[in-house]
Amino acid sequence: MTTTSAETVLRPARTRAAVGSATVRRKQGFQHGGWFVAPFLLLFALFVIWPLLRGLYLSFTDANISGDSPGFVGLDNYREALHDPLMWDSLGHSAYFTLLVVPCITVLAFLLAMLAHHIERGKWLWRLCFFLPFLLPSTVAGNLWQWLFNPGTGMVNYVFGLDTPWLTDKSYALLAAVLTTLWWTVGFSFLLYLAALQGIPAHLYEAAKLDGANAWHRMVHITLPMLRNITGLVIALQILASLQVFDQVVVMQDFGPGPENSTRTFVQYTLEQGFTTYRVGYASAMSIIFFVLIAAVALARMWLLRNREEGGR
Amino acid sequence: MTTAAPQARGNGRRAWTPSQIVLTLLGVAVSMVFLAPLAWALFTSLKSETEAVEVPTHWLPEHWTGQAWKALFETGNITNWFVNSLVVSVCVTTVVLVVSALAGYGFARTEFRGKGALMGVVMAGLMVSPAVLGVPLFTTVQQMGMVDTYWGMILPQCAPAAMVYILYKFFQGIPRELEEAAFIDGAGRWRVFFTIIVPLSRPSLSAVGIFTFIASWNNFLWPYMVTNNPDLMTMPNGIATVMNSYGIQWAQLMAGGLMAGLPLIVVFVFFQRQIVAGVAHTGLAGQ
Repeated sequence: MTTTSAETVLRPARTRAAVGSATVRRKQGFQHGGWFVAPFLLLFALFVIWPLLRGLYLSFTDANISGDSPGFVGLDNYREALHDPLMWDSLGHSAYFTLLVVPCITVLAFLLAMLAHHIERGKWLWRLCFFLPFLLPSTVAGNLWQWLFNPGTGMVNYVFGLDTPWLTDKSYALLAAVLTTLWWTVGFSFLLYLAALQGIPAHLYEAAKLDGANAWHRMVHITLPMLRNITGLVIALQILASLQVFDQVVVMQDFGPGPENSTRTFVQYTLEQGFTTYRVGYASAMSIIFFVLIAAVALARMWLLRNREEGGR
Repeated sequence: MTTAAPQARGNGRRAWTPSQIVLTLLGVAVSMVFLAPLAWALFTSLKSETEAVEVPTHWLPEHWTGQAWKALFETGNITNWFVNSLVVSVCVTTVVLVVSALAGYGFARTEFRGKGALMGVVMAGLMVSPAVLGVPLFTTVQQMGMVDTYWGMILPQCAPAAMVYILYKFFQGIPRELEEAAFIDGAGRWRVFFTIIVPLSRPSLSAVGIFTFIASWNNFLWPYMVTNNPDLMTMPNGIATVMNSYGIQWAQLMAGGLMAGLPLIVVFVFFQRQIVAGVAHTGLAGQ
């Protein structure tokens, strides 16, 4: 936000300078511009673009893991995938996980950030506490909560006086992974919110106070609108990350598909097809389906943002 | 964004108003919830294996013992994994910082043929990760003969479109006048980049560096796909796959988990001010 205001302030100066320097800039830029992006583009081409194209090609073949002369099978893999109940199940698990995690994390991160922002003492301590779990590897978080949720020896049932078979009952297994994820990843969104809160100019609140606005009004009319952009970002990042969930879920289920296949996620199913049953062609088709899905979510977000901006201005 | 620093500093010593007392107590309670699982892990790692699985369970060890920690270093490959994690994360962070700073600047401030189209392609890359394209990425790396090598673990993590995008946004916000003065004095692009842009971007670069390091140190999925050799595994992998495969020894597993988390916790404790400032500065929060 400050960047845009800085630009507006500096704009007259730029137009003046631009006359003299436009030719300089063009010459300098044209010579070297390509070299600045070249190293990144090389890596990007090798490890993003090429695998994407290769995946597209393999998805039309019956390739196995050894990679020798795959036969062309047309759309068979895609047809099979659309009729594969396990694929739909796994997609459902990833979607269910996303639906639970995203709203919870957004609200929780906001509340934690408000708390940490408004306590005047020991700011670093609250930051550390809420962010700490995010510093653990996903597998460690998974193992830790696998054990906390362990019905006999785990702390969760002990502390709350429950007798819930968290990890072995299909109605709780994915929920346990959701709770683990909340604890493990909320710190990241919390930090984004905290930074955004610190960026709200203090004079807005002072002016509102002079006008007699109470704490609730200040929150509804200043804080929440000023946080609209960051909320959009948090939700978008969380949706993309949650759809791709894999690590903590498989760790909590000892790399299995969970009780009655109830926790197998889309990524897990793709990897099983690729590395366990060695059907690289089929796994590639699912990867492409997944890519299209993620792209659709991202495009939907861009479209929503554009509409909102047009409506707002 | 500029108000952040004075605000944070100004809050040093103030009176304990009733609302501050309530908020602080609430903060303590919430922090306990966040820290309890870690405390539980620590206490478990100080129990014997038999005491760890006793029913009913209890918080504090009845017999404090460093047995699990000792066993971890004696029997496990933990030091190996630690070194592997360090090598991989340091390499990934270095390469990502160099490559994405250059690319972010190139896209934000220089002109070259096809820039718009390339930028579009990079934005599309935001949606591709090893989770999305795991199997084709693996076969690509296999083709290059990099399975079970450091190269195979490191290089595919070095093309994060997200970091380029963050730095691109940041560089766009730097006033052009700063550069143009230098151009008129006869400095070239590279000179401007290294003497003006890089020093100005230190907070953003450190945020990008720290987040890359965290992501790489904690990355499980890609190393899991690309290595089978226990000698080459990183911490999260070794702990999840090797330690689990013996049949879980909880005390030892908790000790290993804490070991894996410790380096980042230390990094965060020392750099947290820069991290928050960096998040604010990169414009991540302001978008």
